[in-house]
Amino acid sequence: MALSIEDIKKIAHLARIEVSEQEASATLSKLSGILGLIEQMQAVDTAGIIPMSHSQDLSQRLRDDVISKTNQREAFQAIAPTLNNGSNEPAVADGLYLVPKVIE
Amino acid sequence: MEWEVVIGLETHTQLQTNTKIFSGASIKYGAEPNTQACEVSLALPGVLPVLNKEAVQCAIKFGLAIDAEIAPRSVFARKNYFYPDLPKGYQISQYELPVVGKGAVTIQVPAVGKNPAYEKVINITRAHLEEDAGKSVHGAVEGMSGIDLNRAGTPLLEIVTEPDMRSAAEAVAYAKKLHELVQWIGICDGNMQEGSFRCDVNVSVRPKGSDKLGTRREIKNLNSFKFMQQAIEYETRWQIGTLEDGGTIQQATVLFNPDTGETRAMRSKEEANDYRYFPDPDLLPLTITEADKAAVQATMPELAGAMKARFETQHGLSAYDANALTTSRELAAYFTATVDAGAEAKQAANWVMGSISAKLNAENQPISASPVSAANLAQLLKRIADNTISNNAAKQVFEVMWVGDSDVDAIIEKLGLKQVSDNGAIEAIIDEVLAANPAMVEEFKAGKEKAFNALVGQAMKASKGKANPAQVNEVLKRKLTG
Repeated sequence: MALSIEDIKKIAHLARIEVSEQEASATLSKLSGILGLIEQMQAVDTAGIIPMSHSQDLSQRLRDDVISKTNQREAFQAIAPTLNNGSNEPAVADGLYLVPKVIE
Repeated sequence: MEWEVVIGLETHTQLQTNTKIFSGASIKYGAEPNTQACEVSLALPGVLPVLNKEAVQCAIKFGLAIDAEIAPRSVFARKNYFYPDLPKGYQISQYELPVVGKGAVTIQVPAVGKNPAYEKVINITRAHLEEDAGKSVHGAVEGMSGIDLNRAGTPLLEIVTEPDMRSAAEAVAYAKKLHELVQWIGICDGNMQEGSFRCDVNVSVRPKGSDKLGTRREIKNLNSFKFMQQAIEYETRWQIGTLEDGGTIQQATVLFNPDTGETRAMRSKEEANDYRYFPDPDLLPLTITEADKAAVQATMPELAGAMKARFETQHGLSAYDANALTTSRELAAYFTATVDAGAEAKQAANWVMGSISAKLNAENQPISASPVSAANLAQLLKRIADNTISNNAAKQVFEVMWVGDSDVDAIIEKLGLKQVSDNGAIEAIIDEVLAANPAMVEEFKAGKEKAFNALVGQAMKASKGKANPAQVNEVLKRKLTG
């Protein structure tokens, strides 16, 4: 599968990673290389093999449904990210974490 | 052209656990913002999800209840998107291998006008476990949005149907049945105001007879059955109107505005559906063994469908009555307790669905709030059955019981409602009535049936309403025709 520079830009945008034109072309050749490897591997007959979803051949362990976390809001909010407005104060108010306005 | 609407539902049911799906933080509703947002909910670096056993058991319960395939091995996947109420940048969900596979739910669609009620089987495509996101709060601080992550990580079971519904009524009947079911098996509290049960409805239209699906629009986050009905009806009209005007339907997500009764497309996000799912390396595959299923099966209550059938055969109730009494486990238990306490089943059914439900519905209260206990109701019904009081008198006694008095016999005594069933006393009353109303007697003998009812009325009046009406009828008939 051939990747285009547009594909690279779209992937970068979905991951919210800023790429310059130069970086985009470098990434294009690297990613194409990886896809080339995958293409080679496609030649292997995998019929009847359960796709691997984890590198360890184990099952998920389950946790009992018991409350084990206490309220640590103060500690967490003391290290909350700051706003990009020159202030070094954590961006919190009324117990809420503040972010730039999201409009639906 | 005649059109057909095609509807499928995706329902997010919040599971009734103590803690989040991947951490030990409480999910109690209504807590102060972020007081239940632990390091996992906040996605602090280095934290790992640990799956809640109870959430898995809820999923198994649901699978068993709809007779579905329960996957011996299912996989958690990351659904990637950026939004401030999702600090990880992905939601942990299930994609290719969900925990619950194909199953079915039987719905009862109520009669509308000339169209009779009918049953229909709605196929369930899948149900998968996932975590809820947090909440954005607008307006707290100028130019900013506030984020409350208490809800982040709340366990959800998303239940997806096949596009099997053909009207708003069918969609609502399915949603109601599912709402009853998840509460019946105790996996969801069903509280729609608090968002414990939210429906997304996919609607498309096509020419009747076509087997090709039209382009669908998805109505998001409906949290009332009434709004669901309105939203689907509006959306259906809008799509048909658009197509008949020569337009085309674009796939979109729409919101319903209860104030205008209209649906409106949300700002279309370019890469909206490019979630790049992949297996979450932080979680191992979930294994469910036959023994796990058997252990959950042992905790399952009798299901509504089975109980309904049993009420019909065991108690001789109609399908309608049996269905109405099995809409919730509490209601069914109340009915059963009334019968167990000695009440006749059909009469118990009438009273539970009649007087009791009317009172509770008026106050918007569940059966658990009934001031009249099942045992007390049974006592009242026994007094009707043994002819101590008439049905009408029982209604008066019931009114007193509703405001807190529970001693049935004392109330009957106090209100002087004891029915006169003594044949001698009734004969005496009737003799008086016949002597006092010779004109009516003549009319009856001349063939006027109405006169008979008038004489019954006189007799009841003379007894101050306490004479047993059946006996009055019988004695009067004998005296007039004998």
